[in-house]
Amino acid sequence: MTVPLPEEGTEGARHEGGSPPPAGSLRDADTSGNGNRNSLADGEWHRMHPASPLLKGGIALIAILGVVVANLRERIFDLFVPHFPQEGDPVDYILDNGLIGWALLVVAVVLLALVIGFYISWRMHLFRITDEVVEVRSGILFRTNRKARLDRIQGINIVRPFIARLFGAAKLEINQAGQDANVQLSYLGSASADGLRREILRLASGTHVSAASGAQVADRVGLADENVIERRVNEFLAPELDPDAAPPESIVKLNLGRLVGSLALSGSTIFLLVLIAAGVTWIATTGDFFALFFAIPGAIGFASFYWRRFSKSLRYSIAGTPDGIRVGFGLLSTSNETLPPGRIHSVEVSQPLLWRGPGWWEIKVNRASHSSTKGAGGEANTTILPVGDRTDVRRVLELMLPELLAQAGDGDLSAAISVIESGLESKGGPDDGFTNSPRRAAVLRWFSWRRNGFAITTGSLVLRKGAIWRQLVVVPQPRLQSVSLHQGPILRALRLADIHLHTVSGPISADLGAIDQDAAIRFFEDVARVAVSAAQSDTSHRWRAGEQPA
Amino acid sequence: MADRLELPDATWQRVSPRLIVSEFVGAVISTAIFIAAVLTLTNVVWSGAIWGVAVVGVIAIIVFVLIPRRVRAIGYQLRDDDLLFRRGILFQRFVAVPYGRMQLVDINRGPLSRMLGLSELKFVTAAASTGVTIPGLREADADELRDKLVALAETRRAGL
Repeated sequence: MTVPLPEEGTEGARHEGGSPPPAGSLRDADTSGNGNRNSLADGEWHRMHPASPLLKGGIALIAILGVVVANLRERIFDLFVPHFPQEGDPVDYILDNGLIGWALLVVAVVLLALVIGFYISWRMHLFRITDEVVEVRSGILFRTNRKARLDRIQGINIVRPFIARLFGAAKLEINQAGQDANVQLSYLGSASADGLRREILRLASGTHVSAASGAQVADRVGLADENVIERRVNEFLAPELDPDAAPPESIVKLNLGRLVGSLALSGSTIFLLVLIAAGVTWIATTGDFFALFFAIPGAIGFASFYWRRFSKSLRYSIAGTPDGIRVGFGLLSTSNETLPPGRIHSVEVSQPLLWRGPGWWEIKVNRASHSSTKGAGGEANTTILPVGDRTDVRRVLELMLPELLAQAGDGDLSAAISVIESGLESKGGPDDGFTNSPRRAAVLRWFSWRRNGFAITTGSLVLRKGAIWRQLVVVPQPRLQSVSLHQGPILRALRLADIHLHTVSGPISADLGAIDQDAAIRFFEDVARVAVSAAQSDTSHRWRAGEQPA
Repeated sequence: MADRLELPDATWQRVSPRLIVSEFVGAVISTAIFIAAVLTLTNVVWSGAIWGVAVVGVIAIIVFVLIPRRVRAIGYQLRDDDLLFRRGILFQRFVAVPYGRMQLVDINRGPLSRMLGLSELKFVTAAASTGVTIPGLREADADELRDKLVALAETRRAGL
């Protein structure tokens, strides 16, 4: 068994210098630049990137210690050295009293304790990836051991916070269904994280095609000649998506103008304008400037909100890979996530009123996992397309639909997409592929009754609603959990009913109100039937199981 | 009402009529609590406490009268591949859950239900909104139904 030695000059090599190389099967995750990355998923135990403890909190700890010491210097000295004169520099005091040796000793002991603590926590943090599970062990006093089945992976997210990026490290998060069920490998070498994700997805997909053919790591060996700084700079400027695993070009270009425009035309802008108008009227009518008290915190709040939305969407990219859709974004801290096929539980294409002029849309999805990634992730990981025009929507849907539709043929795909396209902007009417609300539903759906309707396409269920806030919800049949039919007294008087399609919880609720009672009953029966058959024929938990070696 | 929502060719299994008793007791208790609350509140702010009690009483009587019908409206049906559940008279709700979607089955027995020999069966899927809870099953029936559903779910298991 060979232990891949990191080349000189990396943090790994420096760390190894002080201690013997890990014995036996234990390996260091920092093999970045070695090309020998696939070995991380070989079923043996591996360690994280040596800088992990520092990145996970060490830097903050040191910063806090620094601040505390700088501020409370005198008090601390009072505590330990009762006769310390109130004036004068502690350094002078040490020098005057010949305590240099002691002071250095204290500093050295504290530093040593920290380093030993970090080292032990790094030693104790192990992970392995077998053919069936990902397993992580961690903790010094309180040991945890978490195993996650590979065929239940809901997505793999690689997050590179700004500071970690400077160190060439990345956090790999394996999303599982459920609350707090994710497995985090933090931190790994930036390049080995990409390789590891590819390997995990290959194992999870159930394919028999070995990774060596397609996914062999492109020739990065040449990079070993460069020095650390050059390599970091290269990683920093490299495209978010690894070129050999995904087309380098994102299928959607999100230009700056559109991003700014979409923020300017968002609902929060209206809210902001209303607030400003209210404030101005208040000041104008009462004549006191009391309202300005709220202006500063309000401005800070809005500015940070806009900045978050903005920076979150910068460098947005989306592309298809054999193992699902990959969505990346972020300028300084980046995040990029692969969603394997069959992990999208419903899709919503929506258009707020203000976006109608420029013709922009937003695409969100429901998914079973809840990413714990803060900042960049968080909200954004249910937003697949922050803003895009009709062509973008079509491209993204084309990317997602083959997965949604499971084994749909080409004809089915274009048919399904045409149904969806007509669902986007159509005013509605008879014979547009949707079963729409009857005229009497206009009592409840004043403007949208013409387009308020549903359609069943191959592999998915499509709900169209909203004339002012246009909305289209697509639920893949194999992901449907259950379906319900509702009728209250008002609906009964109008012979109408509501349909709810139940999927895992998320920003989208797939329900449709005020449709004809008989149509609703038929839809309910049809949906109940296709939900069963689609779930039985679904193989997406091992999405490439059918592939054979060429 | 002629227009009631009804699924074609569904034969419903109804729950035990003893559920009426337990629902009734529950309604009486909550009415008592509500009347007590109304009395204390109205004594503080308003002297016409009797009117408040009367309003609560009228609502309670309507609820009491409707209990037997509400219980009779609860029904379920084990179809080949899914479970069909219905409840409600004024607000009707029908749910179809494929067996393969079942994540777990719960049986709950409150003190009153236990005295009456009743159980409540709850199905949990990955979607929180499924919300299928069958109250008022006889204990033996509930156990049998649970075992049957678990077996069915096992043979038709699907991912998420």
